[in-house]
Amino acid sequence: MSSLNLEEIRRNINRRQQINKIFAILGLLVIFVAILTLLGLILEMVIDGHSRISPDFFTSFPSRKPEKAGILAAWVGTSLVMVVTAVAAVPLGVAAAIYLEEYARKNLLADLIEINVTNLAGVPSIVYGLLALGLFVYQFNLGESILTAGLTLALLILPVVIVTTREALRAIPNNLREAAYALGASKWQMIWDHILPYSFGSILTGAIVGLSRAIGETAPIITIGALTFIAFLPDSPLREEFPYISFAWLQAPFTVMPIQMFNWVSRPNAEFHINAAAAGTVLIGMTLMMNGIAIYLRYLFRKDIKW
Amino acid sequence: MVRCCWVSAPLNLRLCDMGKSKMPPEHKKIERKLELQMNLKRNIGKITGVVALVAATIGLAVPAVQSQSRTRIKIDGSSTVFPITEAVAEEFQKEQRGSVQVTVGISGTGGGFKKFCSDNPSVRTHISDASRPMKKKEQDMCRAQGIEYIELPVAYDAITVVINRNNSWAESMTTDDLKKMWDSSGQGRITRWSQVNPNWPNEPLRLYGPGADSGTFDYFNEVIIGKGNSSRGDYTASEDDNVLVQGVAKDNTAIGYFGLAYYLENKDKIRAVAVDGVLPSPYTVNNGTYSPLSRPIYIYVNKKAADDVPALKRFVEYYLQNAREYVEEVGYVSLSDADYQKALDRFQNRETGRVPLREGL
Repeated sequence: MSSLNLEEIRRNINRRQQINKIFAILGLLVIFVAILTLLGLILEMVIDGHSRISPDFFTSFPSRKPEKAGILAAWVGTSLVMVVTAVAAVPLGVAAAIYLEEYARKNLLADLIEINVTNLAGVPSIVYGLLALGLFVYQFNLGESILTAGLTLALLILPVVIVTTREALRAIPNNLREAAYALGASKWQMIWDHILPYSFGSILTGAIVGLSRAIGETAPIITIGALTFIAFLPDSPLREEFPYISFAWLQAPFTVMPIQMFNWVSRPNAEFHINAAAAGTVLIGMTLMMNGIAIYLRYLFRKDIKW
Repeated sequence: MVRCCWVSAPLNLRLCDMGKSKMPPEHKKIERKLELQMNLKRNIGKITGVVALVAATIGLAVPAVQSQSRTRIKIDGSSTVFPITEAVAEEFQKEQRGSVQVTVGISGTGGGFKKFCSDNPSVRTHISDASRPMKKKEQDMCRAQGIEYIELPVAYDAITVVINRNNSWAESMTTDDLKKMWDSSGQGRITRWSQVNPNWPNEPLRLYGPGADSGTFDYFNEVIIGKGNSSRGDYTASEDDNVLVQGVAKDNTAIGYFGLAYYLENKDKIRAVAVDGVLPSPYTVNNGTYSPLSRPIYIYVNKKAADDVPALKRFVEYYLQNAREYVEEVGYVSLSDADYQKALDRFQNRETGRVPLREGL
């Protein structure tokens, strides 16, 4: 009787282990399909576009002649917009997260803010574009400028920055906070001297992941009036005379990489489609570079942290 | 020594290096944390370095272009007109050696007019590209803002009906055939070529056309199906004409329509249909025989700006004087020299309003 029982238990275990294996294989297959599709798409684009990538491609303005057209205005525009986005979104987002995580009391207001932040992360980007058109362009008269675009994308990634920063802050063990208090630190000293430095790596990762999303956005930028043909660069931020820095570039008209690609893709001439693939390759390169920096910084900050 | 470490550990770790291994675990933790803080300080230096490097790269990459003294000409509007305006803007800027900056956007004909006559002066454009004449509502909007404009036709776009290269029966058709195919009454009912014309084979009829937001769609409906009627909805729609080209090229029994430039660029993949016996070409468009599917496309110039900004005046003159060359280069059909001259005269006399230059223009 007991040996029969044992047999049954063994069979049962065997069966469950088989199901376990099948699920593992299934999971692996799903991952492969996803990754291979992505790799296939990227590879096809790189193969189409690599022949056009040359120094000239980076230093030429758009042109009606595909072989002369380049992405100078687009990549400079994208870089400058990203600078504005980062400067606006990171301090705001980190500050908001610190407030929500360390200061806010659990009450209706905090709940309300929290629900809003989570929901904002899911709002389609075109809605931010319309909001920015009404607010920045028409109300504040900021024009169809780099500043407007940067602020729009900053709004777009603000929820991402807030959520990741909050997670980073939450990951710091509570006994550290208590230890700081025990030594007489004020709340702000505790945050500034301990919590922020320890979570810096994760916060940075979150910010860069947010920026990587912003760099590929087209809809909100088109809505606020980014241009398609622009054959000059914004004013240089550096000047030869005092005070050596200039912010005129903030008000300059601009275009960004995704818009340049969109325009080239919709042209009849097949040569332009190659340009679009090349620009896409560069854009993916820029995104990968940003993510690479994020990973490296996280490693740099985390390698010494052992709780 | 070890004893001293116990007491002084939080204050002075360096003294305790020798006794480290004997330290209680909590103190190791504190020590690690202090080390960590120092590491962080060092790393912040590194990060500042990286940021400075990136900033310097951008700073160096942006040459010292001072635009304050330069005139900027703002153009926005139809993506159909964009390639022509882009070509003119490119060459005009070269000719002016960068003293004038021209920007061109693609907000669509309607979106362009919204900016052209906006109640907010900071978004107003100097020129609006349009693939159709200004509508009554838009004229009212401009009047409300006190904006006078000069309408100038710059080229023709010929809507081309195309079929697959393997299609041997539909090289020519009438506008009535087209109406039968695209009218909303045929939705779900007319699904085979033989239903349109008994001489055609009993093959499935698959339709490809631009989406409802497109000016090409509007125009095709107006002249083929007629005002007040609507296009059927059961066709493959795309705002990207290249998608339509691909669709028709791969489908033996397909038919579609889009701008002439996309046909000229893909002649090896698709075949144009003669409508009422006439094939679209620069010649047939210009002499008026390829009708009704050819339409003029326009630029609208803000009159006050043309008076006040000398560079804008030069730009429009340059546009009309050189349009012929650039229009043909980007795959559109140019007007006759006489018509360009008439448009130039109109601009120089500053004749405003929505008035045809001549019959059909």
